[in-house]
Amino acid sequence: MDDRTPQTTHQISGAEIVIRCLQEEKVKFVFGYPGGAVLHIYDEIFKQDAFKHILVRHEQAAVHAADAYARATGDVGVALVTSGPGATNAVTGIATAYMDSIPLVVISGQVPTPAIGMDAFQEVDMVGITRPCVKHNFLIKDVKDIAPTLKKAFYIAATGRPGPVVVDIPKDITAHFAKFEYPATVEMRSYTPIMKGHSGQIKKALKLLLEAKRPMIYTGGGLVLGDASAELVKLARALGYPVTNTLMGLGGYPATNNQFVGMLGMHGTYEANMAMQNCDVLLAVGARFDDRVIGNPGHFYSKDRTIIHIDVDPSSISKRVKIDVPIVGHVQSVLSEMNDLLIAETRKPDADAIKSWWEQIDLWREKKSLVYKNDSQIIKPQYVVEKLWEVTKGDAYVTSDVGQHQMWAAQYYKFDKPRRWINSGGLGTMGVGLPYAMGCQLAAPDAMVACITGEGSIQMNIQELSTCHQFRLPIKVILLNNRYLGMVRQWQEFFYENRYSESYMDSLPDFVKLAESYGHIGMNIEKSADVEGALKEAFDMKDRFVFMNFITDQKENVFPMVPNGKGLSEMILAGDE
Amino acid sequence: MKHIISLLMENEAGALSRVAGLFSARAYNIESLTVAPTEDATLSRMTIVTSGSDEVIEQIIKQLNKLVDVVKVLDLNDGRHIERELMLVKVKATGPFREEMKRMSDIFRGRIIDVADGSYTIEVTGSCSKLDAFLEALDKAAILETVRTGASGIGRGDRILKI
Repeated sequence: MDDRTPQTTHQISGAEIVIRCLQEEKVKFVFGYPGGAVLHIYDEIFKQDAFKHILVRHEQAAVHAADAYARATGDVGVALVTSGPGATNAVTGIATAYMDSIPLVVISGQVPTPAIGMDAFQEVDMVGITRPCVKHNFLIKDVKDIAPTLKKAFYIAATGRPGPVVVDIPKDITAHFAKFEYPATVEMRSYTPIMKGHSGQIKKALKLLLEAKRPMIYTGGGLVLGDASAELVKLARALGYPVTNTLMGLGGYPATNNQFVGMLGMHGTYEANMAMQNCDVLLAVGARFDDRVIGNPGHFYSKDRTIIHIDVDPSSISKRVKIDVPIVGHVQSVLSEMNDLLIAETRKPDADAIKSWWEQIDLWREKKSLVYKNDSQIIKPQYVVEKLWEVTKGDAYVTSDVGQHQMWAAQYYKFDKPRRWINSGGLGTMGVGLPYAMGCQLAAPDAMVACITGEGSIQMNIQELSTCHQFRLPIKVILLNNRYLGMVRQWQEFFYENRYSESYMDSLPDFVKLAESYGHIGMNIEKSADVEGALKEAFDMKDRFVFMNFITDQKENVFPMVPNGKGLSEMILAGDE
Repeated sequence: MKHIISLLMENEAGALSRVAGLFSARAYNIESLTVAPTEDATLSRMTIVTSGSDEVIEQIIKQLNKLVDVVKVLDLNDGRHIERELMLVKVKATGPFREEMKRMSDIFRGRIIDVADGSYTIEVTGSCSKLDAFLEALDKAAILETVRTGASGIGRGDRILKI
């Protein structure tokens, strides 16, 4: 018996099995681009309407859009690409998702099984290429393995510390026939993510928190990915302690609440970094003490503090900083348990100590480290973000690219809800902003979606303006156009004696005409007095994609700044220039 | 400090490269690595000899555990264990060397497993340091070729790595 022809009426093709699996997983959108090795699958897509296929203009954007969809919804994002160049184009997207622990299933076509290893047309070792930047990957060698493998792929992507999973499917496998049976559950002896934290450790952590004189709560992307924002808010409010979020964690704790001291790290607020450096008990939740967050670890160690770390991934604990009380578990489960213990608790935080700690923090706040000098003529980029926050009432999905504009977005758009701030924190991938906005707008069709970007970044996936038109996505692009690769220019100003090597963006297109040529509305905004009106006008056009080109101050820098390799409290502030 | 890490992993294509890739991607030291299927053909057992500070070894163990194909990881240095490596050495066996090589092999409890006109091939097993000592003891001019398997390790007594 072979599996090249259906043996019974119950047998369907591998390509159809792929579609049926996606339906079983209740996938709503597949972001992709067709090509030779996935033609059987695309033929089956043509015949179904359970999910919508979003045709991008470059495979990188397919993965980014699927990634943003996952970030915005919490569901697994799905991308489909062909073999060879389709697969390699997807790699940047996969690595971006991997660094930020985003659950994705990327299905790539592969050349037919007999051609593998023969240097066939459009052949690339996708499993080999992606191995270092996926949570796991598979090469399917038998049509009967498609369903169980995809089941495992979705399970691995979404559980534990989430991440992208690549499933490489040779073309001939999608043409073979088998009976479709989707497994109800997954059992893997080698993969058993931990859910519940150690109760003894949780008790110990709570005791330390209650005895703290200068407590601090520091949360990251893991809190957002673990959907534990509500639990954290409950805990933080009950304790009355200061909270900071990392770049990836923004929205995990409401930014407009008084207990929020702002983002920390390289471009964090003065008060967040000082409180982080000077606290005596630190509760870290779903954060990983990376180099952009705590700066020089040696400097961070110079102050004595007790650190409690809750994380689903044991390898994140004691990686860069020694942890005193590790708690491995799902953040939501651990924080709930902590909240339950706190309700039954008779001890209370040391009110006097907490009061004087807040007084200290308020002194740091008086530095007003995010104040910038506004100008009546030239548009300040910070001002645009502040106005965007006002006009959208803080309720938009905001995506960004990478660079100065990303930091201003993070500093000045006050995120009150998780899953609203979508950016590439770990890999720092320029070009994510527009495809990220596509993923968000599809996830939330009625929501306001703003893509804050720079003129360098936006050109890295500009072709997606076409996708946005095809699917009528009413995104608003907020281009902070300073005619420089701003963050590169800032480092060159600070550390390379103003030698602006290759950081000027020459020969920029006319962005208004560019937008118009793709069927969108373009706007040039050149004076600060016009910023608010233009934003209102754009957001009033609820069903149109508007490309807003803000001509901003060329020399504006991001402050505060902890120079690379320096300690958290060694910030350069705006006034120090 | 040198550590011997034992692990059980799914006996699947690519599993070895996941481990090797992890070590190179994270710049961990790898002195030797041996792998073969166990009595249960769905599982492979791997022994990795590595070195690093306690923090680095802790990270290596955690990162290995994180690999989806890895079922169990054990740092043999956490308890009493036995380590064995096999080495084949081809040495000159002419003139005075012919007698001396036989004597050295006996001292190290090696076995001569191939005899040719001008050479012997000696098989020696033992800890890595014993094999090092054997090579040290030989006259450099006599060594024609060496091949080593890398260490295999197992816990003593009740320490068992099994699923």
